[in-house]
Amino acid sequence: MIASFKNSPRKGLMLAALMVAGLVAGCEAPPQKSTQNGYRGTGMVQITNAAKHDAKLDANKLPEVQPPADASGDKASKAYQNVKVLGHLSEGQFLRVMTAITEWVAPEQGCGYCHNLENLADDSMYTKVVARRMLQMTQHINEDWKSHVASTGVTCYTCHRGNPVPQNIWFADPGHVARGSAADPQGQNEPADLIARSSLPRDPFSIYLLGAQDIRVASTTTLSETAGRPIQAAEKTYALMTHMSEGLGVNCTFCHNSRSFGSWEESTPQRVTAWHGIRMARDLNKDYLDPLKATYPANRLGPEGDAPKANCSTCHQGLNKPLNGAAMLKDYAVELARPK
Amino acid sequence: MTDYQNIFTRVQVRGPIYPGVDAADQGGLKRGKESFFFYWAGKLGDAQIGPIYLGTTGVLSLLCGLVAFEIIGLNMLAQVDWSLSKFLRNLFWLALEPPAPKYGLSIPPLNDGGWWLLAGFFLTTSIVLWWVRIYRRARQLGLGTHVAWAFAAAIWLYLVLGFIRPIMMGSWSEAVPFGIFPHLDWTAAFSIRYGNLFYNPFHALSIVFLYGSTLLFAMHAATILAVGRYGGEREIEQIVDRGSASERAALFWRWTMGFNATMESIHRWAWWFAVLCPLTGGIGILLTGTVVDNWYMWAVEHGVAPPYPPTEPAVLDPMKALGGAK
Repeated sequence: MIASFKNSPRKGLMLAALMVAGLVAGCEAPPQKSTQNGYRGTGMVQITNAAKHDAKLDANKLPEVQPPADASGDKASKAYQNVKVLGHLSEGQFLRVMTAITEWVAPEQGCGYCHNLENLADDSMYTKVVARRMLQMTQHINEDWKSHVASTGVTCYTCHRGNPVPQNIWFADPGHVARGSAADPQGQNEPADLIARSSLPRDPFSIYLLGAQDIRVASTTTLSETAGRPIQAAEKTYALMTHMSEGLGVNCTFCHNSRSFGSWEESTPQRVTAWHGIRMARDLNKDYLDPLKATYPANRLGPEGDAPKANCSTCHQGLNKPLNGAAMLKDYAVELARPK
Repeated sequence: MTDYQNIFTRVQVRGPIYPGVDAADQGGLKRGKESFFFYWAGKLGDAQIGPIYLGTTGVLSLLCGLVAFEIIGLNMLAQVDWSLSKFLRNLFWLALEPPAPKYGLSIPPLNDGGWWLLAGFFLTTSIVLWWVRIYRRARQLGLGTHVAWAFAAAIWLYLVLGFIRPIMMGSWSEAVPFGIFPHLDWTAAFSIRYGNLFYNPFHALSIVFLYGSTLLFAMHAATILAVGRYGGEREIEQIVDRGSASERAALFWRWTMGFNATMESIHRWAWWFAVLCPLTGGIGILLTGTVVDNWYMWAVEHGVAPPYPPTEPAVLDPMKALGGAK
């Protein structure tokens, strides 16, 4: 017995079109550029998408530099009341950096975002208290973390980009906690933007960028001599690394040779910079950002009641050098420097 | 008149319903009585469905498999607060995770790995019962047990990953989670933790047999389809005849590579390639963490991983360079 199937060419075409669409859905539009950054044949390349990269560069244009200020004249501490961090500046320099901060942090809200306009010296607004601490943090980064920021340095704009709250911040995120006897997902298996929508642990930041858990998981001995780190630790490290890759807009091979992720001899010099960056983020979160939770109103805190904190994306925003490496600090070197 | 095509065919060849050999001399064949034709099954293979024999092991296997499936699925559903839409959206991300490292090989609470152990138990029981069923059906039909042993090779790899190696490592946490993306994350994390599985020679062998299997499959399948016009799929009866499809197929390979498989040996090759893929893979997994802790370092020490010119300037571990400070 022979049964035949009457084929309709239109149905076939539609099916073929659907299949092609399904195959390319989720792909990135070409052209991609491949740049070699290591020895040939080792896969040390960076893949960039020209259109996406151009969009990033457009989003990283610098604001106009404020006209220079007169360094002579009265000190700000003398001219104004309650100036605790910038008192060593001249009045002109003080006003210049205040104007710049307004443009960098609260361009729409203006001075009143931090100041009581009736009495500028008043500390009653939490935003002013936070801003003062942030100025100290900026000084700390530029003076003490040259291992990461070099002489390029940072300004308020590096993170804020015209937003009162930087767009890339993180809060403690334990993820879904199982109720009753249902299996606990152990803080993972729920896509989140901060970990590149993977099923990896959602919050590698609390343990690595606030706490100081050991990130290194690869064994340092050829044979199994001692009980090493569990696979779960490797997944947490992977989550942090995938965040760094997204946050910096680079592939793994920007820092690592993928044939041995742990080996420093096989790595690029950028990995050392990143190593210092991890320590810097940890330091800033621990000493500057997390302690501010008592200062913030409840609506600024995370679901777990913690203060907003910084990770790699906070400054980098998709580029391996924030603001594409533009040295913005040099225009405010005097104003943002720690008093001698 | 529709032609019979052997790549994309629109023709189904059907004989009358056939109940199977009379195996009364082997103790009688127990099987269902009902058979019928199913058009879409005919698209893939024989259009005749049944007679099917499920038996005790088959029923128990399906039951255990269902229990495992439900444990995994309902726990996933609980993780999205029983929201069906979120369950479907997050399905590829969801998982039932093995116990945390702190439990070692002890029995953890249900919500912290206990369900994983239970699901693993029922899934393993289901698979082993299915193996028994395959073995028994083959014996009763008077067949060799090649299918059962090929399946056993896959079961070996499954048991190494989820049972044997975790026991040797002293922790259930070393096992694989039940989940789509999470088991892939496990694979990547496993490789990173143990210094790149790429340099594990048994992993390499496993890949040889995996890719080799596809190569053999392509060569064999293409050869038989190519001689389909001479009835080449009727393999054995053609072996001794001159000018047959079989002889043309053999000659084709002697022409192109000087050597040919026989109608029997090609299947032996395919069987061994397929079986050796999980056998060698399982050995590679079993050695990881129990004997070798960093495959890259192992490969460097044994001259497997080639040295490349060092980076200029040399990159030093800042932890060591700074004496552990900061």
